[in-house]
Amino acid sequence: MKYIDEFRQPELAKKLVDRIHRNSTKHIRLMEFCGGHTVSIFKYGIRELLPGNIEMLSGPGCPVCVTSNADLDKAIALAHLPNVIITSFGDMIRVPGSYSSLQSARSEGCDVRIVYSVLDAIQIAKENPNKSVIFIGIGFETTTPTVAAGILQAEQEEIDNFYVLSLSKICPPIMKSILDLGEVRLNGIVCPGHVSAVIGSHPYQFIADNYDIACVVAGFEPLDILLCVDMLVNQIENEDYKVEIAYRRGVRPEGNPQALKLMDTVFETAGADWRGIGAVPSSGLRLRDTYEKFDAEKNFDIDPGPVREHQGCQCGSILRGVSTPLDCPLFRTSCTPEHPVGPCMVSSEGTCSTYYLFGDFDG
Amino acid sequence: MCLAIPARVKSIDGLYADVEVGGVGRRISIQLTPEVQVGEYVLLHTGYAISIVDAEEAEETMKLLLEIAEATDG
Amino acid sequence: MDNRILLAHGSGGKLSHDLVRKHIISRITNPLLDRLDDSAVLDSEGRLAFTTDSYVVSPIIFPGGDIGRLAVCGTVNDLSMAGARPLYLSLSFIIEEGLALNELEEIVRSIAETAAEAEIEIVTGDTKVVNRGDADRLFINTSGIGRIPNGIDISGANAKPGDKIILSGTIGDHGIAIMSKREGLNFTTTLESDCAPLNHLVADMLEESTLINCLRDPTRGGLATTLNEIAGQSSVGIELEERSIPVRDEVRGACELLGLDPLYVANEGKLVAIVDEKAAEPVLARMKQNIYGKDAVIIGCVTGKHQGRVVLKTPYGSSRILDMLSGELLPRIC
Repeated sequence: MKYIDEFRQPELAKKLVDRIHRNSTKHIRLMEFCGGHTVSIFKYGIRELLPGNIEMLSGPGCPVCVTSNADLDKAIALAHLPNVIITSFGDMIRVPGSYSSLQSARSEGCDVRIVYSVLDAIQIAKENPNKSVIFIGIGFETTTPTVAAGILQAEQEEIDNFYVLSLSKICPPIMKSILDLGEVRLNGIVCPGHVSAVIGSHPYQFIADNYDIACVVAGFEPLDILLCVDMLVNQIENEDYKVEIAYRRGVRPEGNPQALKLMDTVFETAGADWRGIGAVPSSGLRLRDTYEKFDAEKNFDIDPGPVREHQGCQCGSILRGVSTPLDCPLFRTSCTPEHPVGPCMVSSEGTCSTYYLFGDFDG
Repeated sequence: MCLAIPARVKSIDGLYADVEVGGVGRRISIQLTPEVQVGEYVLLHTGYAISIVDAEEAEETMKLLLEIAEATDG
Repeated sequence: MDNRILLAHGSGGKLSHDLVRKHIISRITNPLLDRLDDSAVLDSEGRLAFTTDSYVVSPIIFPGGDIGRLAVCGTVNDLSMAGARPLYLSLSFIIEEGLALNELEEIVRSIAETAAEAEIEIVTGDTKVVNRGDADRLFINTSGIGRIPNGIDISGANAKPGDKIILSGTIGDHGIAIMSKREGLNFTTTLESDCAPLNHLVADMLEESTLINCLRDPTRGGLATTLNEIAGQSSVGIELEERSIPVRDEVRGACELLGLDPLYVANEGKLVAIVDEKAAEPVLARMKQNIYGKDAVIIGCVTGKHQGRVVLKTPYGSSRILDMLSGELLPRIC
């Protein structure tokens, strides 16, 4: 498959690995902020290939994992309303909220459907004119433009039973928050791949400028990740901090202007609640007033009840890169993919789920 | 939340396109990349093309990787 | 007679008899079945293998097969995985009221053809009809009996360090072919299910060597789950070479598109054989001469290390643990 296979060639990977080993002298810490990178790093065993002086941490890169219990409870409360069809991406269904999950709601008789695209949700709205179809809009900037496009399409086609619960979040503010928390001293950041295809590389400039941290935008194949690490090592060894793009075939410095325009037409920034981190100003997106007729929060009256956090779950500190799943006493004991306690174990990109499935294995 | 796959555009129909990945076909929206041409590749995410793959840059990156490989020999 | 199945077809009366005689038995005829006794009376000697499975696949007709072919192959294969020669099958239908008669006929025809290919006899059966909505168009149960030749002892608990692992062909074909017909996934492909009866392949393999320790068909849960089961049962470790595992381009494409891993996708016409090191090459060569083993390949080996775990060696020199499938195989969207 073009643009995939050629970036998986093992012989070239080996050379990159050799070069990283040769050039990297300092002990450094790198963090990735994208669930897709978390999965790739494990799938290809990248940690095992890198020299021991390079430590790789996973940050809050999984939009399912960072959705707070309060927000999840809202979605579940909406599911219980009469004549409502909830449409959601698959991973969200199993995440436990304060008292329940969308999957449990479904087994109690609520109409909860997994969709693969906001287009599917719109189609369901067209096919069920007597019901209210609510799309659970989680995601980062990779996905939010698609939701914006969906809303504009619904407006154009005069679909009046389609709503979005906007739980979208944006990356650069959360990256700043993690850095400001000061819990982990980072030397370099593996910048998100497809978020950057939309927002470009300029939004990360403040990290290189104000924090002296190397930034490189990476793709998802093994050669992409290794090239990114190579470029990060180069910046760090030379103490020359900047924002570079290793994933040049997918990401341009200015991003995708059309996608940004649609996002800006429909959404405006708002505060957002991040699991494990709390409220982060201007890190979320809500529908502009012009589109309030699509806004689930404004059109439905719900009372989700008081929020309850999961006892013992360390998703919060894992999301901040402060601990790994191996530090969590629930990991593999009471928290497994079949019986997850927190979202990091549910989402296929969650750090705990990735550690569980791919193993922290030493030959 | 970044799963996006390079897919080849086989035909365009207004704001939709038929693309293929390894022989598997799919109908997607090109609302976010309306300027795409048949034959180009897009990054496909949840039913939408979010970016057009830059073929020249892909070649440049491959060249760079091959250069690194040669330089690292011996 | 109507062109759809009615509740009355399941009542046991004249309509039932007509349905069974004209549309089912007429195609599957054999001396035992034709007696139409309440039970088939069989001769037996030696060790028998006995298995049962219910088939609820949707859609009931899919690229490369249908629920009928699946029902015969599934049970024939389960018997074959015990080293048994499949002999007799039972066949039970639970039909949803309203199923089109010509669809039922197509499936019965497929059952007959598959049974003939596998050279097994369907000797007893049952037909029930339930209200619309109480079954998903058609459910089938088959039970099977086979005879295990003397000296054959094949079990998931018999793998030992040093054994080689042979896979009979490409993985993921069936699961992806089915998914391509499911609503909402919206992709087109020419992929077909690999659904096939493997008893002749197994007979060839056993003729070549008796040093075959385990046989298993990687159905639901895929290759990864099957190998984990064996590693657990035998208390051994398994090491796989990722680059040796054959996957069709179209399966890879669909998996990339959906965010699935072919190692967890169901197969219905493949087997995994764990074979003594000495016998591996001859068995492999013999498999390649059979239509259902032509793409056979050695994918790994059994080890005494990391007991109960399956480890995948990537082409990059790193390794990772391959766990069982947990939960549903949900496409990773993003």
